[in-house]
Amino acid sequence: MHMLTRASTSAETPGGDESWAAATWRRFRRRRPAVAGLALIALFLVMALAAPLLSHYSPVDQDLSQALRSPSVHHLFGTDNLGRDLATRLLYGARLSLLMGVLAVAIGLAVGLPLGAISGYYGGVVDLLVQRLTDILLSFPVLLLALALVATLGVGLQNAIIAVGISTIPVFIRIVRGSVLVIREQTYVEAARSIGNSDWRIIWRHVLSNALAPIIVQASLSIGSTILVAAGLGFLGLGVQPPTPEWGAMLGEGKQYIFAAANLVTFPGLAIFLAVLAFNLLGDGLQDALDPRLRNL
Amino acid sequence: MRRYIAQRMAAALVTLIGVSLLIFMLVRLLPGDPARVIAGLLADEREVERIRVQMGLNRPLPQQYALFFTHFIRGDLGTSARTGQPVLKELLARMPYSLELAAVSTLLAVVVGVAAGVLAATRRNTPLDYLISLGTLIGISMPVYWLGLLLIILFAVKLHWLPAAGADQPASLILPALTLAAFSVALITRMTRASLFDVLGQDYIRTARAKGVAQRVVVYRHGLRNAMVPIVTVIGLQLGGLVGGAVLTETVFGWPGLGQLLVNSIFSRDFPMVQGLVLTAAGMIILINLGVDLFYAYVDPRIHFS
Repeated sequence: MHMLTRASTSAETPGGDESWAAATWRRFRRRRPAVAGLALIALFLVMALAAPLLSHYSPVDQDLSQALRSPSVHHLFGTDNLGRDLATRLLYGARLSLLMGVLAVAIGLAVGLPLGAISGYYGGVVDLLVQRLTDILLSFPVLLLALALVATLGVGLQNAIIAVGISTIPVFIRIVRGSVLVIREQTYVEAARSIGNSDWRIIWRHVLSNALAPIIVQASLSIGSTILVAAGLGFLGLGVQPPTPEWGAMLGEGKQYIFAAANLVTFPGLAIFLAVLAFNLLGDGLQDALDPRLRNL
Repeated sequence: MRRYIAQRMAAALVTLIGVSLLIFMLVRLLPGDPARVIAGLLADEREVERIRVQMGLNRPLPQQYALFFTHFIRGDLGTSARTGQPVLKELLARMPYSLELAAVSTLLAVVVGVAAGVLAATRRNTPLDYLISLGTLIGISMPVYWLGLLLIILFAVKLHWLPAAGADQPASLILPALTLAAFSVALITRMTRASLFDVLGQDYIRTARAKGVAQRVVVYRHGLRNAMVPIVTVIGLQLGGLVGGAVLTETVFGWPGLGQLLVNSIFSRDFPMVQGLVLTAAGMIILINLGVDLFYAYVDPRIHFS
């Protein structure tokens, strides 16, 4: 368990008065792969936000006279079967692909965080029920659960986000519960209880704030895996629907032209791979930075 | 030991009931009349009524679930809305393909993953260790569907060495198995490296070394055996992940297994088939997890006392 209290972190920093965030950033910066991951994420964000400034092509307008062009000066990554500029679609596709990952994790956090905290803090029957629910959800591989939910809710962007989001809930329940089980036994929690703080205040102010480290690490790693699953749904044709650009769906469409135009497969896949790699590097770096015990490993 | 086995089996049964309840509720959450949705838009009223009675949709919910669960235990997974065939029959026809793919991938993943993990742990902080770590990072971040397509481009389109799709010749298995194994290889390598490195730092390893025991014996007999619990956990976990990976891999390579059947069933809104496939997959994963739990007790006898 990557347990960390703000008090313990500031106590071990050289000056003793360095803030938790500053100490974490200082440790994070020393990890070159993690910094590279963060830079890559920043690059993807710029690409997504500045897409209209970076390309004058439309991501959806078709021009059949330009279909299946190889990469050139005019079309950096070539064009697809409908004559759309692939690089432009990748730029715009970054918006949805990244957003799906972030929103899915937000759903996982919004449900998993309170459930995990309540389960760990109160224990007893509540804990038993929440843990059985977690076991049940964990019996489904993430993609299988997402597929079952999409089969029920229907195909489309919104349902794909909900489906992938629900499948991340059990991981957050487990992480938060594990942290809370240790923190609730700490003296400062006992002290907060003895001066009459309400359970909710203790959970929010003292327990969750001290369980932040593993939650942040898991959130970062989960964004990578949710991008992978959401793009997988798109690849299967069960996520974002055409003509909206999304990396997974683009890869799925490109698959049909694999013999004629390998670039339609190579570049969308590379984008997904780099985005997932970036969040995995960030997650690993955060883990090391937030848990100083791992520094020398 | 018997108590531990009984406890694990009871927990697995509770999870199986919960999973079946969840899937049962999913189908009941379908917008509109579930019997109409399951029968399909083209079915006539008599067919819809037949499904309503067959699934017990005209009864109270608890009774419906009891019926659903007893049917499932008896292997009656209903009738496919698309083909009119029993779900179990279609499932059993596709099962050998998926099992073959899963077995070859797992074997590949365990052999390569454990070997690479041992190499990395025993040569820590050397260029080989860094290379293996980089490989695992790439393996974990690589979309399985992209890797499959890249392998097709290289080995089928460019080199013409292997078939791009289908399952009609033994060589057809190579690319799907490599694709499906990649993620698991990375995961098992990571865990073997971390777990073995941890064990190799223990006092009893130092004692074995001090006694002059050969390095190979130290690593394999003393080290790897004691590092097995987390490694087996990851192998068990990746078997679950393999189910998800198989859906994508089978779609990429046109492999006629359960994964492809599931995707086709979702598109054709064949809910009995989707329900049967998801339930079977989840049931298999629960069984695998139970097997892993029992294996723990065999490998590390301390476990069932805690």
